[in-house]
Amino acid sequence: MRIQGRNIGIAVYLIILFLPIYWLLNMSFKTNVEITSRLSFWPQHVTFRNYAHIFFDPVWRGGFIHSLTYVCLNTVISVTVALPAAYAFSRYRFIGDKHLFFWLLSNLMAPAAVFAMPFFNLYYSVGLFDTVWAVALAHCLFNVPLAVWILEGFISGIPREIDETAALDGYAFPRFFVKLFLPLIANGIGVAAFFCFMFSWVEQLLASTLTTINAKPIVSVMTQVYSAAGMDWGLLSAAGVLTMIPGAVVIWFVRNHIAKGFALGRV
Amino acid sequence: MMDKPWSNRAWFFVIPVLVVVLFSSLLPMMTVVNYSVQDTMGQNHFFWNGAAWFQNLLDPTSDMGGRFASALVRNLIFSFVVLVIEVPLGIAVAICIPRHGWKVGATLVLIALPLLIPWTVVGTIWEIFARQDIGLLGAALNGIGIHYNDTEDPTSAWATIVIMDVWHWTGMVALLSYAGLKAIPDAFYQAARIDGASRWSVFRNIELPKLQKVLVIAVLLRFMESFMIYTEPSVVTGGGPGEATSFLSLDLVKIALGQVDLGNAAAMSIVYYLITLTICWIFFTIMTQLDQRKGL
Repeated sequence: MRIQGRNIGIAVYLIILFLPIYWLLNMSFKTNVEITSRLSFWPQHVTFRNYAHIFFDPVWRGGFIHSLTYVCLNTVISVTVALPAAYAFSRYRFIGDKHLFFWLLSNLMAPAAVFAMPFFNLYYSVGLFDTVWAVALAHCLFNVPLAVWILEGFISGIPREIDETAALDGYAFPRFFVKLFLPLIANGIGVAAFFCFMFSWVEQLLASTLTTINAKPIVSVMTQVYSAAGMDWGLLSAAGVLTMIPGAVVIWFVRNHIAKGFALGRV
Repeated sequence: MMDKPWSNRAWFFVIPVLVVVLFSSLLPMMTVVNYSVQDTMGQNHFFWNGAAWFQNLLDPTSDMGGRFASALVRNLIFSFVVLVIEVPLGIAVAICIPRHGWKVGATLVLIALPLLIPWTVVGTIWEIFARQDIGLLGAALNGIGIHYNDTEDPTSAWATIVIMDVWHWTGMVALLSYAGLKAIPDAFYQAARIDGASRWSVFRNIELPKLQKVLVIAVLLRFMESFMIYTEPSVVTGGGPGEATSFLSLDLVKIALGQVDLGNAAAMSIVYYLITLTICWIFFTIMTQLDQRKGL
């Protein structure tokens, strides 16, 4: 009985969760005429016109490419920079460590709205405005601290005896770190990369503030459907459906570590 | 925890992070501080304005101050409401997640999916879903006789934003709680079974205390995220109707990027940032204390 109740509970939750997503999927296969004329649970005349439009229009395609580019750049930068720092925070005490750690975390909690205007000025003045680099670097604001936090949790789960044994065995530190240590925290790196990907992928305010034409992310392209004469609901829905795919793919890769990952390696 | 060796050379490891954060956080922050104490007549000509922007902002009787105070109150109410709904619901969902077999991975992936949808798209999904003419929710509610219009009626707008947030983020609380629950050794449950403990007392005396740490993280992340919510309401309601769902970030973006009112925006940014910083510090202190207790 107990188990049954649980299964029903989770089933109900998942159905409610997917109802709005299903509605979007449903609309993406309809024509605009059908969308505005009647409500139905499935398309009466399935059309792929909306998807075809996105695939063949360079603006839409470019949007996807720009978004994926800065997300990947940001993930690589964040994890690379965060690794040594996370190691230091996990293994050593040093002057100002606690304050520094808190200061890093506080950036994680900084409202993006606060940074929108100064980022605009900053990236404009260094000539990075409207490039994927601007967005990739801007997202470091919250992704670097997040990566440090997650990696620190995972590294602290590895006993320090391993470092000491390796040193006794004559491993120089860089060799030890790359050859022995990185494989040990591979899960943690995967989880950190996943989170950086996730937060960079979902963010819109900074990404759209820092770009105009050449690096316009998909989320900005989408908001422009709004201002176009008459709403193209079908197109908007199709774009929405497509933006879920990268997320679903990366989730699948980390599915076995996802729970521990969300606890930031701290359970 | 306690026996970490003392080494200031560890600073070298931190330098890369420091450089990135200086560039992406401290430098822009200084620009904001700069604007917050100056005024301009245009043409990039700035002059010293002292604390006038701040005085204006923190005086609720002034135009700007009133606007800020009401956005702050609105935002605090919103954060409180979503926490009260999402935390218990998330724990309940976590308890329901299967423990064995292929269903575990599948359920976790499905629960996490809304977290990876771009926030604009989350807004779009709910904008469409809530419309009375083409959305299932809006049409259904109006069909059964409930007056519902999320762009004209403040109550509907609030309900939509809260439900959207619950839909969007409960998965995170559930995943965190699930991680916490999985870390409880089976021996605890066996002992409870031998004692003939009820389901409720297992939850109250075993699961809840063990979840304490992940729940602090969950509350911290949820509070912060909801306190700086911008994208989703900006798509669904645009802060309206009127000012009904105009939270702090929405208001700030309106002032900073819409009206380009640099002084007011900068002063507001700093006060906003200091509030989040204070709350973050409180949580951080609680967290390190829990860490230390665990370490002993």
